[in-house]
Amino acid sequence: MRDMRFTIPGQSLNREPFIDRIPDFQKKCEVMITDRGYKCKITNIVPLTSQEKLFLLRIVDPMERELFSFRPGQFLMLEVPGYGEAPISISSSSSNQEFVELCIRKAGLVTSAMFEARQGAMVSIRGPFGTSFPMEAMRGQNVLMVAGGLGIAPMRAPLFWIGNHRDWYKDVRLLYGAKEPSQLLFNYQFEEWKKVSNVNLMTIVEHPDDSWKGRSGMITALFDEFSIDPDNTFAIVCGPPVMFKFVCNHLDHIGIPMNRMFVSLERRMHCGMGKCCRCMVGSTFTCLDGPVFDYWSVMNLKEAI
Amino acid sequence: MIYKVISKPEFRAFIEALVTANTSYGPRQVDTDSHGEPIYQFMPVSSADDIAFDYTVTTSSAKHLLMPFRDELSRFSFSDGDWKQQVDYETPPIVLIGLRPCDISAINILDEVMLKGAYPSPYYLARRKNTFIIGMDHLPLPDCFCKSMNRHTVNHGFSLFCSDIGNRYYLSINSAKAFSCLKEFCLTDPSYEDNCLLIERRKHIKQSFETNIEVSGLPVFLDVEFDSPIWQKWGDKCLSCGSCAMVCPTCYCYSVEERFDLDLRGSTRESHLYSCNLVDFAQVAGGHNFRPRNGDRLKYRYYHHYRGFSANDNQQICVGCNRCGRTCLADINPKDVINDLRLEGESCVTCVSPSPAKA
Repeated sequence: MRDMRFTIPGQSLNREPFIDRIPDFQKKCEVMITDRGYKCKITNIVPLTSQEKLFLLRIVDPMERELFSFRPGQFLMLEVPGYGEAPISISSSSSNQEFVELCIRKAGLVTSAMFEARQGAMVSIRGPFGTSFPMEAMRGQNVLMVAGGLGIAPMRAPLFWIGNHRDWYKDVRLLYGAKEPSQLLFNYQFEEWKKVSNVNLMTIVEHPDDSWKGRSGMITALFDEFSIDPDNTFAIVCGPPVMFKFVCNHLDHIGIPMNRMFVSLERRMHCGMGKCCRCMVGSTFTCLDGPVFDYWSVMNLKEAI
Repeated sequence: MIYKVISKPEFRAFIEALVTANTSYGPRQVDTDSHGEPIYQFMPVSSADDIAFDYTVTTSSAKHLLMPFRDELSRFSFSDGDWKQQVDYETPPIVLIGLRPCDISAINILDEVMLKGAYPSPYYLARRKNTFIIGMDHLPLPDCFCKSMNRHTVNHGFSLFCSDIGNRYYLSINSAKAFSCLKEFCLTDPSYEDNCLLIERRKHIKQSFETNIEVSGLPVFLDVEFDSPIWQKWGDKCLSCGSCAMVCPTCYCYSVEERFDLDLRGSTRESHLYSCNLVDFAQVAGGHNFRPRNGDRLKYRYYHHYRGFSANDNQQICVGCNRCGRTCLADINPKDVINDLRLEGESCVTCVSPSPAKA
């Protein structure tokens, strides 16, 4: 009798990821196996407010540290072993190979577990995933950045990039709004951004307290204070969903073409690889085609904002 | 593809040999419903006698044998304030017996979704490569509408496909492995008469469909009718239980969850098949839900199935098996929803521009 056992060796399917070469994340056809994360040590924790902390992570393995590179606007999947994974946008400089900085708000299971963690704890990151801000295309143009609340976290990566390539860009302006003065994040870096990176920074708060001396109101009020050259300006907008609508409509009104406005959308990704469909907006994946979209594409998506 | 003919007792002997040597799954009667009709499921089988070759349809699809309801993605083991991660793609080979053309089409669609794009799923790939599929054709049930979705025949995705031609099976052999297994058994080349019988059988199946859904141009209809009130109407009926996604042969959306071992020395990351009708499907941290109403989520499921998403080249992923319609507790089935939508759209067109004859 012939051997009727039907076998294909399963071992041949077990492949080690990223063995000896740097994966090309811009190339769509590249086969990537990203179920194994990079092990990281929490080297420093900076408390920003009662709800937000900045975590500095260092990839333990020196080779993996060299392999991990990202572009401004991309996100990664942060894994706290035992608790789960959450998508977090990277808020460090893309030229910084030593540390990955993540600004995290305590919101769910994983981020709460992260808040409990102390220096020296080991977590894991997968990625980076998603699209990025077109920093090269903005060369020679004005850049207008609008951030609301925690939207400053993904905005830091392009800010660092601009700081490193300041001569590429003409006028750079950052509008930053928050609910209360105490919720303005990274205020210790404001002077650095103003003086070193030569960024025109304007802040505004919705509910000022007695000590607040700056502007108060909605973020759109800031647009009345300066003029925008709509033909030579790129806009980057990050913030809560409700902010996108007002800010982008205003920018559209001023005359900035919709394909030059970039927004970073938020969804709860589970795989980060365009399989689980949890981050689906209309018919596109936020994890593959986003999180950075130009406003024109977002306009055409249903249920996006 | 090689075509052969095998007698039914000989085919049974072949299945017997295959089943004894491998982990096999086939349709088995597990219970009877309130009308006394048998209920079938794909279950492990140990001999050809266990298999109900003349089954009508299984309640759940064969999807969970390739994408289990709970699938371990990786393992963490903790020690001394540190951890180790293990990722294992290895799976034992399995044999699936008696899949219908719609089930095989569904697997072909899953192949496209899971194995295309920038990040092919290694877990799915390992299972798919280790699966031997024997398909069988059948006469449609009154509510099957796979012909409307053009999924009542299948040309690839199986190892072996059997068409019932009286006292013999007409075999379409699609893999070298299947052919070498069958060599032991008495096969004949199809005669002219056999070919005629096969064509007759195909014709008979095609003419037996009682349910037809007009799906041509449906993607445009869906885009235009995004804000249609019918979504609210059907959403009010929907109980958001997610049964439809569990039995669907192509619903593949999942969530990734992690849990500690009881002894706290390790944890596992698992994917759980999920349903877009469940209330927290599009909820983000902080509690904002992008699809808060039943109607929004029901609409989303219909969009995924009948409009298709970019990951799948905007193809329709429904295969027309109507398992969701049969299992729905609130009696929502795709035929009614689509006809309702189409009616809404078409009546709207007529009232906006009356034909010249009327005017």
